[in-house]
Amino acid sequence: MRVLMFGWEFPPYISGGLGTACFGITEGLSRLGTEIVFVLPRQKGNIHESHVRLITANDVPLHEKSETDPFARAVTFRHVESDLIPYAGTGRARTVVMGGISAAGKSSHGTWDLSDDYGSDMLLDAARYGRTAGIIAKEETFDVIHGHDWMTVHAGLEARRFSGRPYIYHVHALEFDRSGENINRRVYEIERQGLESADHVISVSHYTKNMIIERYGINPEKITVVHNAVSRNEVCKRARGGKTTDHKTVLFLGRITFQKGPDYFIEAAARVLEKVPSAVFVMAGSGDMMPRMVERVARMKMGRQFHFTGFIKGEEVERIYAMSDLYVMPSVSEPFGITPLEAMLFDVPVIISKQSGVSEILNHALKVDFWDVNELSNKIIAVLTYPALVKEMTDRSREEIAKIQWNAAAEKIVSVYRRICG
Amino acid sequence: MPSVCCYFQVHQPPRHRHFTFFDIDKGVAYEDEETNMQILKKVAEKCYLPANRIMLELIREYKKEFRIAFSITGVVLEQMQKINPDVLDSFKRLADTGCVEFLNETYYHSLASVYSIREFREQVELHKIRIRELFGQNPKTFRNTELVYNNDLARTVEKMRYKAILAEGADHVLGWRSPNHVYQPLGCKKIKLLLKNYRLSDDIAFRFSNRQWPEYPLTAEKYAHWIHQMNNGDVINLFMDYETFGEHQWKDTGIFDFLRAFPGEVLKHPDFRFQTPIEVVTENEPVAQLDIPNYISWADMERDLTAWIGNPMQTDAISVLYGMEKQVRRKKNAGVLDIWRRLQTSDHFYYMCTKWFADGDVHKYFNPYQSPYDAYINYMNILADFDHTLKGKGLYHGSR
Repeated sequence: MRVLMFGWEFPPYISGGLGTACFGITEGLSRLGTEIVFVLPRQKGNIHESHVRLITANDVPLHEKSETDPFARAVTFRHVESDLIPYAGTGRARTVVMGGISAAGKSSHGTWDLSDDYGSDMLLDAARYGRTAGIIAKEETFDVIHGHDWMTVHAGLEARRFSGRPYIYHVHALEFDRSGENINRRVYEIERQGLESADHVISVSHYTKNMIIERYGINPEKITVVHNAVSRNEVCKRARGGKTTDHKTVLFLGRITFQKGPDYFIEAAARVLEKVPSAVFVMAGSGDMMPRMVERVARMKMGRQFHFTGFIKGEEVERIYAMSDLYVMPSVSEPFGITPLEAMLFDVPVIISKQSGVSEILNHALKVDFWDVNELSNKIIAVLTYPALVKEMTDRSREEIAKIQWNAAAEKIVSVYRRICG
Repeated sequence: MPSVCCYFQVHQPPRHRHFTFFDIDKGVAYEDEETNMQILKKVAEKCYLPANRIMLELIREYKKEFRIAFSITGVVLEQMQKINPDVLDSFKRLADTGCVEFLNETYYHSLASVYSIREFREQVELHKIRIRELFGQNPKTFRNTELVYNNDLARTVEKMRYKAILAEGADHVLGWRSPNHVYQPLGCKKIKLLLKNYRLSDDIAFRFSNRQWPEYPLTAEKYAHWIHQMNNGDVINLFMDYETFGEHQWKDTGIFDFLRAFPGEVLKHPDFRFQTPIEVVTENEPVAQLDIPNYISWADMERDLTAWIGNPMQTDAISVLYGMEKQVRRKKNAGVLDIWRRLQTSDHFYYMCTKWFADGDVHKYFNPYQSPYDAYINYMNILADFDHTLKGKGLYHGSR
């Protein structure tokens, strides 16, 4: 099976779970003998790409004018076949990079500024990304198109138009997860169009599947649930055992945005500190709500027990997991949520919101409604107070996490491919 | 003449309310009276009342040849008195027939036998008094909570002058032996041991409505035929939860029709009859001594104590609880003693079991908590509150 896959991020340059998930999925798929051409919108720095062939869309030449008229587009794409062409908007000549990412890697300039990646230009970026997809679709041979999230919907549909191959839309998050009821209508429209047009939809949880059915009116039979998993790496073992003994550390790790529920974490921290004054709370990550959250902590006079780390990545993430006694994911709406699985790899007990996809597959995590601050505080205190609880949770979690493998997810995805390709 | 010996367990645990760390030291009650009332009413409607009606009819119909035994815990008797006196009355009417034996157990359906012999004896005595008061019988047969049993327990119970004790006919203690005889516990002279025939018991209790079971649907005729096939045995002990009838197996499974037809089908064979446990041990001598040094019970595949004290949370909770005994007794306060004892009901620990949690089975069905962790947290918060009550402390200062 050959797959043309459209993504938005890939490790180590990630700002959320999407890149992590794409890495795991492609790793699992390639182990099952699937050939994957993975297309990214742009590329800076070295990518972990041992198991996929990577193409970056900003290396694909294209004419800006091709946007409106399908016929004009086709003309433009034909144009692509020459080796040198002015890159849209820049005037610089670029070659099509088809042989992997090494060339792109060499021309890298540091890292992405991740906080900008999901910024206001995304709609434009996604549209531009979509236009290059047709060209790539023409150059590549593949059996199925697999796109991750709304940013790749244009690309997926465009690739289908050029190739006639079936298009699978893999939903990792929806606009309602990110924004609650105040959705961006244009993003919603792209999602709806993608869901309606796709030959099949993969959702990362039943939670998300239900949302696709209820909010977008999609036929349930068209949707297959494939839960995410977690990749193990050697660093986990090295970083273990960094816990301090004089106080307990409670961790929040994720974008500090509405979706992740950072405010509930702070409210709970205040309640916990009334009963366990020595506890320490850490909020790792960055996001649009961060200034307000810092202010709130200051106003509640918890500054001494509550720390913000800003955005962290790589080894820093591992170190912070290893030094934590409890991981809390109070997300308001979490289609899946890989971070609790990562925390479990470090023997850290986890509390997750019931409004998450990952809660469907975890038995040995504590679960709360995100809005129930009283219960969240109660459970945080319990983990900090009752060692037998921690012992049982971590022992059982170790068994449970061993069974959560990307291979299983990949097998389900392959069976979707088979079904769709007939 | 072989007999069929039916004993039914009647029990409802006192369920706890949601008790958070913030409820500690606030004088909040532990039990959820509303839920307890609703559950008892529901189970009374679905099981106790209709099943008792049928039992009474059957005893009359078969002119006292249908004979059964009940063990009803003290905690559920209290609830019945308070909430459903008509249920209690229906049991009394059964007692009046002279065909029903009432067994003795720990009043609080506790695991006291494992942790405190003094406490165990006192709870058994309390239960004995209550049975005498309500049903006018002086029980001579003992059954321990969840059929928890070993040699030491048998000796203790023998000293308490019981004539019979019940246990699970677990394969790993019986080996090649049959559960269909009367045994003597190792080291005992008088008391006799009756062992549950778990295959035949569980055919009704667990498999009756299972459509995947090759024997489905189970008719009374077929079931009686299996009983009649027994050769060389003295007794077939059918021990199960009374809630099997109408609550675990719902009415629409046909369980009541089965029950109605059951005695008639068994008695069709002239060699077979019904007897209560005390009648069985009075007429039969033990065929052998049975050495059971380690605890057995009737729970799960393991038939041991791991459903209640198998993981660190369970052992932590139960040792903290029994560790309070001295302090509780020093209070010399009947109310405090009762609260402590109600915390001993074995179900509280069963809810914390993680053994089969991931597979989702019988444990989940009986668990009012969303997870064993929630059960443990709730229980430990309650124990912390109770501990403060004992110590007369006003405020809790965290874990350090």
